[in-house]
Amino acid sequence: MAHGIQFEALAEDALLLRFGERIDIELNARVQAAAARLRRRLPQLECVPAYASVLLRFDPACWNGHGGSDPHRRLQDAVNAVLGEGGEIPATPRERIIPVCYGGEYGPDLADAAAHCGLTVDALIDRHTAAGYRVAMLGFAPGFPYLLGLDPQLAMPRRRDPRQRVPAGSVAIGGSQTGIYPEALPGGWQLIGRTPLRLFDAAASPPSLLAAGDRVRFQAIGEDRFRQLAAADPR
Amino acid sequence: MSVSVLKPGLLSSLQDAGRAGHAALGVGRAGAMDGPAWQLANALVGNTRGEAAIECTLVGPSLRFEQAAVIALTGAAIAAHVGDRPVPMWTCCRLPAGSVLRLGGMARGSRAYLAVRGGFDVAPVLGSRSSDLHARLGHLQGRALCAGDELPLGAAEPLPGLAAGEAVQPLHWGIDPRPWFDFGGRPLALLPGSHGHLLDQASQQLLHGATFVLGKDSNRTASRLDGHTLRLREPLELVSEATLPGTLQLPPSGRPIALLAEAPVTGGYPRIGQIAAVDLPHLAQRRPGDAVCFRCSTLDEALTRLAARQRRLGRLIEAIAQRLEHA
Repeated sequence: MAHGIQFEALAEDALLLRFGERIDIELNARVQAAAARLRRRLPQLECVPAYASVLLRFDPACWNGHGGSDPHRRLQDAVNAVLGEGGEIPATPRERIIPVCYGGEYGPDLADAAAHCGLTVDALIDRHTAAGYRVAMLGFAPGFPYLLGLDPQLAMPRRRDPRQRVPAGSVAIGGSQTGIYPEALPGGWQLIGRTPLRLFDAAASPPSLLAAGDRVRFQAIGEDRFRQLAAADPR
Repeated sequence: MSVSVLKPGLLSSLQDAGRAGHAALGVGRAGAMDGPAWQLANALVGNTRGEAAIECTLVGPSLRFEQAAVIALTGAAIAAHVGDRPVPMWTCCRLPAGSVLRLGGMARGSRAYLAVRGGFDVAPVLGSRSSDLHARLGHLQGRALCAGDELPLGAAEPLPGLAAGEAVQPLHWGIDPRPWFDFGGRPLALLPGSHGHLLDQASQQLLHGATFVLGKDSNRTASRLDGHTLRLREPLELVSEATLPGTLQLPPSGRPIALLAEAPVTGGYPRIGQIAAVDLPHLAQRRPGDAVCFRCSTLDEALTRLAARQRRLGRLIEAIAQRLEHA
């Protein structure tokens, strides 16, 4: 197969496309490009991108051949045809700036995190805001982005005792990943700051501020600006 | 028109077909755990638009109907009374204004469905009225019902066969629950999982031969299986990918977990099998402490059984609709 995808029939209504077995920004970019193409050409499918795979969910009754033959095989052929098409260039990813108030009550683990990394608090903030991130996938909770691109020096273990309630908007580091809690949730990542933006609102269109494939940058803001933005339109 | 919740029961929530199409946003489907029972409850009251019903778990709620209402109960064998009068299941029943419907324990099964003619008139969230208890999406922020909740009812024409009156009035016919409600502990069909071949030999034999016990900490997210610990030949670190209801996962504890209606949308545990979609309602009806065992199946067999069940269910729903119309 030219595009090197493994197909796996996971369930009656589900076909997994696996692009690799690593967390890797280039691999994930291929995943996002394939997901974008499949959504455009096969809009009747539900398309769920992850780090290194895309899950397709479909109605098996619509993909039955004559005599009820293998719907997964027919879907796989259709996917291969779509992904084999040349020409189209995937859309340029959106870039989102996420304002973050670092430290203090907004990021109670910031000082410990900086000490763990052997950095000053300011140096940690500089490194966290300097990097460009990509949303690899949404999961864990509605609108929760798993971000690729964390400076390796900022990697740190999760907390020994997860918090029962992490405030909505918390920006956190867990292992070699960084993410943002869209809602108040239990969580074990180290909290370094908080954004006033609302990441998920079921009544909004689209409901999630971020989508897989988006580019993200963090921008440090002060407490006054945090309160100002939080009081204004949270989007 | 509304229904007041007097007592909430153990875990009662509004559920419909679920919130499909939003997994890429991190939003799972939720929805009724026993889909056919939910569909048949709606069919029996003449609802045709996938209306939400109340899913009751192990012990049902007590509800007061301000106005007369037409209801149906399906799924687990649940005790149901208005005053001293038992309310039959698998048929449709008119309750007079002011009725207090007391739903009690379940003799068999663990999930019963209460549909009301006209449905519950609550705002859909992302296209569904299902309560996602974990993600807090749906009516009442997706939480389970509490005493004091008021659930608005949709408008509906009276049903021709059920005259107005002061007494509880069931239809003179009902449907046979046996094909739709699995009373026995028959094995669940298990399709091969991506990492099933990585189980050690003893674990492979246990998976397809041994009897597991449904754990007490099972819920709408997952059934946890006790009784046998399964092991991979060597530990496996996986990159998180999308997950599905019906997936049998093996976390490092070695205690298998079957994902259900509120399955998280991503996960990274090894997948040792996939329970056939037709058998998921049977698993959803098992109670903590009940036996669970598996038999080897194939995707072909699962697709054939699923299509056959959909045909039977469609025919039955059609027949119910015709009978209600000519009642």
